[in-house]
Formats: sequence, C-alpha cells, structure tokens
Amino acid sequence: MIDFFDEMLTDNKSAHVGSVREPFSTYGGWLDNEDPARILQKSAQAEAFFRTTGITFNVYGEEDADERLIPFDVVPRIISASEWRRLSRGIEQRVRAINAFLHDIYHRQEILRAGRIPTELIANNAAFLPHMVGVNPPGGVYTHIVGTDIVRTGPDEFFVLEDNARTPSGVSYMLENRETMLQMFPELFSRIAVQQVSDYPTNLRRSLAASAPDACTGKPVVAVLTPGIHNSAYFEHSYLADQMGAELVEGHDLRVVDGRITMRTTQGYTPIDVIYRRVDDEYLDPMNFNPDSMLGVPGIMDVYRSGGITIANAPGTGIADDKALYSYMPDIVEFYTGERPLLNNVQTWRCSEPDQLQYVLDNLAELVVKEVHGSGGYGMLVGPAASKKEVEDFRAKLIDNAPNYIAQPTLALSTVPIFTKKGLSPRHVDLRPFVLVSPERIDITPGGLTRVAMTEGSLVVNSSQGGGTKDTWVLEE
Amino acid sequence: MLGKTAGGLFWMFRYLERTENNARLLDAGFRIALTRSATAKSEWKSILTTAGSLEGYDGQHDDYESAKVVDFMLRDPANPSSVISTMKQARDNARLVRTALTREVWEATNESWMTLKQILSSPVNEQDLPDALATIRRLSAQVRGATEGTLLRNDGFNFIRLGTFVERADNTARILDVKYYLLLPSIAQVGSALDVMQWETILRSVSAQRAYRWLNGAEISPSNIAEFLILYQNMPRSLIFCSQKISDNLAKLEQDYGENHASCVAAKASIERLQKSTIDEIFDQGLHEFIEQFTMQNGQLATQIEQDYRFQG
Repeated sequence: MIDFFDEMLTDNKSAHVGSVREPFSTYGGWLDNEDPARILQKSAQAEAFFRTTGITFNVYGEEDADERLIPFDVVPRIISASEWRRLSRGIEQRVRAINAFLHDIYHRQEILRAGRIPTELIANNAAFLPHMVGVNPPGGVYTHIVGTDIVRTGPDEFFVLEDNARTPSGVSYMLENRETMLQMFPELFSRIAVQQVSDYPTNLRRSLAASAPDACTGKPVVAVLTPGIHNSAYFEHSYLADQMGAELVEGHDLRVVDGRITMRTTQGYTPIDVIYRRVDDEYLDPMNFNPDSMLGVPGIMDVYRSGGITIANAPGTGIADDKALYSYMPDIVEFYTGERPLLNNVQTWRCSEPDQLQYVLDNLAELVVKEVHGSGGYGMLVGPAASKKEVEDFRAKLIDNAPNYIAQPTLALSTVPIFTKKGLSPRHVDLRPFVLVSPERIDITPGGLTRVAMTEGSLVVNSSQGGGTKDTWVLEE
Repeated sequence: MLGKTAGGLFWMFRYLERTENNARLLDAGFRIALTRSATAKSEWKSILTTAGSLEGYDGQHDDYESAKVVDFMLRDPANPSSVISTMKQARDNARLVRTALTREVWEATNESWMTLKQILSSPVNEQDLPDALATIRRLSAQVRGATEGTLLRNDGFNFIRLGTFVERADNTARILDVKYYLLLPSIAQVGSALDVMQWETILRSVSAQRAYRWLNGAEISPSNIAEFLILYQNMPRSLIFCSQKISDNLAKLEQDYGENHASCVAAKASIERLQKSTIDEIFDQGLHEFIEQFTMQNGQLATQIEQDYRFQG
C-alpha cells in the first residue's frame, strides 16, 4: 500500500481528528467539538438544498434517466494563502503561454519552425482548426475561460494534469458549494477568513464584455449558448446566464442578419456581441463544420472571421489542451514566456514513439493510459485498479492504435477526508481552479472545484464516474 | 426578451394552470362518485371529455370506474393531460426559462414537481385522494404566490398572465361546453335534487360554490350559474374576467413595445362582445354555439399571440 499525503490529517489512519496540518487548524478544532450526528444531519440538509435548487446533471447514455445529484461532502478542502500564491502564479504563467501558443499556431507557427514541437503533431491533429488560420480574435484572447486541473502528491508537489481550454465546466458547483457551506455552517466563516468566490459571475461578465468585437457599439450584449435542457451541464449554463444577467440562447434562437449574429426576441432580431458558447467546435456552425448539427448557428464562423462577434472560447482552442501536445507543455511555457515553468507537468510517455510505447507495454499494469482525444474519464485504463483481463484487453487496443494513447504514472493523489457515518475517512481529490482571461488581465478565482473520489481508494474523481465535490477554501493572507 | 423565453413562460403557466384545473375536476368527479348515484359513471366520462382525455382513455379502458379514471388523470405518463404529465411540462418549461424566473419561483416549481413525483409514484387510493388533490392545489398556489411576490413586472410577467388566463378561459369554457345541457332553461323547470347536485358539481369544478352562494343566496338556477361563469366580472375564472386580463396584458405589451399586433385587436373585440352580451341573449343564440365559438376564438388568439411575439423561429 502506497502512503498518500493527506492535506488535513497528519495521521490519516485514524477516524478521529487528531493533529491536523496548519491550514486546517481552526477547522479541526471546531470539528473536534461538534456532535457527529449534527454534521450528518447538515449533510442531509445540503443534499435537499441541492435538489430543490436543481443543481443536477444528466448522465449521457442513460435514456430518460432522472437528473442526478453530484455527491457533496461537508468537509472543506483548505488551502493556505502561500500555497495558493504559488499555484496561481503557475497557472497564470501557463494560461498566458497557452494564449501565446494559440496565436502563434494559427499565424506564423514560430514554435514549429524552431523545432520545439513536431510539425506532424499539429498538421495531423483533428483539434487543429484550419478555419482559424490567420484569424485575429477580438482583443487577442483565445481562451476566455480556462479550468486548469491540478493534482497534488505532497506538501510541495503540485502538477498540472490537464489544461481545459475548450469549454471547462464545473464553476457553478464551485459557487453553489460555497453558498451551501455558508448556509450550513455560517459560524465557520466568522472564525476563519476565507477568500470570496462569489464575484466570479460579475468577473466573467466583465471579462467577456471586455473582449467585445469592434462591431459592438454601446454596452456589449452577452449571451450564453447552450445545447439545451437535455445537455448534462444545462444547469450550469442557465445558472451562469442568470448570475451574469445574460441571455441564455440555443442555436435556433440565433441567425445571421446583416453580418451580425442576432437573437430572436419578442420584438424581432437584435444583435449579440459576445457569445459564451457551451457547444463544441464541431457543432458550432453546420455551414462550416458538422452539417448535421442542430445546435449551432449557420454562418457564425463567417461572421466571426469578419469581426462581427466574439466567441468565447475561440474555436480551435482544443489544440492547446490536446493530450498529444500535453507532454510538450513545459517547452511551450518556456518558448513563449522565456521562463521556467512554475508548475510541473505529470511525466508522460507518448505511445506514438516506439521506445516509449515499449516502456508503456512493459509496465502497463502500473500506469494510467488515456486516449489522446478522450475526456470525462471514459476510455482510460488505470493499471493498478484494473483486472488482468482488463489490462490485456487494453493492451490489444493500445497495440492496434498506439498514437491514440499517452501514458502516465499512477499518481499518489493527495487525500482530504470526507465525513462518513464512521467519522472522517480520506479520499483522493483533484482541483480545478477557474481562470478568466480578458485583453487586460488574467483573474483566477481563489479556490476552484475540488473533485473527490467518493469510493475509498478510488483515483477517479469524474462526476460521470461517481465522483463528488467539496467546497475549496483559500485562506486570506 | 427572447421569443423562446416568452413562449416558455406562457406555456409554463398554461401547464401549471392546467395541472390545477385537472385536480379540481377530479375533486368534483370524486364527490359525485361518493354519492353512488347512477350518474357517477357518466360524470367520470364527462370529466374526461372536459380534460380532453376521453379518446386516450377509451383506447386503454372499457369502463369508467373511479379508480381507473383517477389513475389515468393523475398518473398515466401516456396521458398528456395527466397531472404528472402537465406538471413535468410546466417544470421543463421552467428549466428552459430559468433565467427569467426568480430563485423562489423556480424552487416552488421544482419542489412541486418533486413532491408530485413522490405522491404519484404509486396509485393513489380512495382515502388518500382528497389529500393528494389538496396538495396539488397548495403547490400550485405556492408557485403563484412566489410569482406574485418576487417576479419583476416586465414583459415576462405579461406572458405569464397571458398563459394563465388563456388556459383558464379554455378550462371554464370546456366545463360549460360539456355541461351546457344541464343549464338549458327547459331543465330549469325540473330542478330535481339530482339537478341541483349536478349544478353544484359545475361550481365545485371551478372552486366557486361559496362565491356563488354569497351572490345568489340559496337559489341555484342554471341561468344564474351560466351568467356567473360567463359574464360575472368579479369571478376570477369567468370568461369575461379571463378575457379582460388577456386584453389588458396584450395592451400593456403593445404600450411597452410600441407596436401594434393582431392579437391585441382580437382580444379587444372579444372582451367588447362579452361586455355587450346578456345571459338571455346568449341563451337565445344557443348556449352551445356561443361556447363553441368562444373556445375556437380563444384558441386562435393563443396562436396569434405565439406569432406576434415570435415564440418560435
């Protein structure tokens, strides 16, 4: 059994609070004096609160399934001010590099000329969008919203697991988790100085408005584009639109009129300036991409290219968070910022390269293997947790289409305890901070979404695979 | 406001109103069934007709037994007018227009849906039916209360009111249409105990027995009932009251938007017609024909509103 780093408990074998790490000291003291029955009762209240509010998600592949709740745990994950300072500097550096990379890759491609990334990795990559070549997004921003997935393996060991640069989700849970904690345990917030997250919707709106196109005259009109009420993240789409005071639109509400994107209102068609789209590139424009898409707006890419609309995030940003490129991120950061990366990458073997593939095949049962284009924890192998048969089945798939995979060591993800009927019990967690990019600045909301694998010993934190969430507290300086 | 949002608000409140109306119809039918009179079965049939569900019901069942009718109207997901179906539609529309609702209105709607889903997860037996129907009415009142107390009085509110009153006018007209033969003057001469009970049922199905009695004392006459449900301006479920509200809300929209629409013209014509009518004239023309015409015009008006305000692309 590997020893895991627990962010709260210095002795993670015990169900009692005992001695805790410094950021948790006030919380631990409070918890020690609480009746466990009360905490469990609060836990049930939190669930009722989530249900009434409708903070649910639909599971793909389950026809007409009931909307599900993501399990919420009442023990917060607490990060010290200095830990956060370090993390946020690293994230900002990375996001800056990603935007510079995107501009370069869709313009002069200096990084390819310099030989820092193999050309075929871009040329043959489905995430590279030829329609974006030479296009200048309004304000020069490609990724208005980024959700950088961070994992931790020790007191000072933080790694970036994924740079979600397309349409990262989960921010509504960050906001509602805090709202719930404020309702359940107001006394904690008067004892512990926690940095606020509640200004995220205001910042998001300001950030989107700051990226409005030149065609915009007057106050920018912002709309959230959703695939509709059956999408798994519909709650979040409507939540963000509501919190920002923006319109929530679907493809069939929009059409191109006189070179602008307009929405059908009760008084006719009126122009939109900024679209925060929660629809994938492929479905964005049936005239330019997937012709069968019912979710997009025919012709929106042409309006975009002529500067009539801001699309956030810009089409084609997927090339920056592509798993095939992930292993080059340290080079990308260095190339564009001229600095050493402040946050580490997880060691990655590229199965496209024969010697690396051989290593992966030799050590398959120890590794995590992911599809280059997969997401949501689907289609991956967690070697140590898989049966012999699963490993062998995966080996066949891997040999069959090696370039489609990358492999990483099974990380000893840190744990934070959850509150169970038997008391505290450590569970593995990751962290997704949310980053807003506008032409003038980069804002990182202190905290983010902590995802937690609710099953003991499990390393899979994805909500589609039974993961839950926790409120994330960053302490004031 | 987006056309889709206006349409979503309109339909959300139509479905909420329909849910509540069907609960009332069931309540009225249940009372008659308890009398064990021979009319109980035909009463269930006329209730199914009023709810527009007779055809669907006949496709599944051979008789009009209380338990079957109640289950069909409350719980059958295949029945688009069942309480569970209309409440689901109301809640789906609420999700669609979530950004146009306050948290209180959304939560009241969502709680209504969750509570109904729970109550209606298994057949409701006779002893629990009154409670279940009361709960439906109470939940509906909560949504209405939250709407009244928290929602901004902008154009969205006008679409909410339009949905509510178009549906309510339709419901009252359907009740009258199914029961018109009981209200014809020739029957008034008979006035047997059975007739009185039937007339009471009509009033019960619009929750207006007591209001009627305050106005008319103990005297129950078909012509008074018809007048009360069609022409009495202070009765919140009468045709004239609903028509007035529809016309007012359309006029407010025209004023706010600075546009003229066919729907507003039609609504004004409709309310003027009602204002000029007397109950005797209506009987002279034929009550049945009058109701049929009203229902048709009400339906056309709803379609016109949908077009004028671009509910669909």
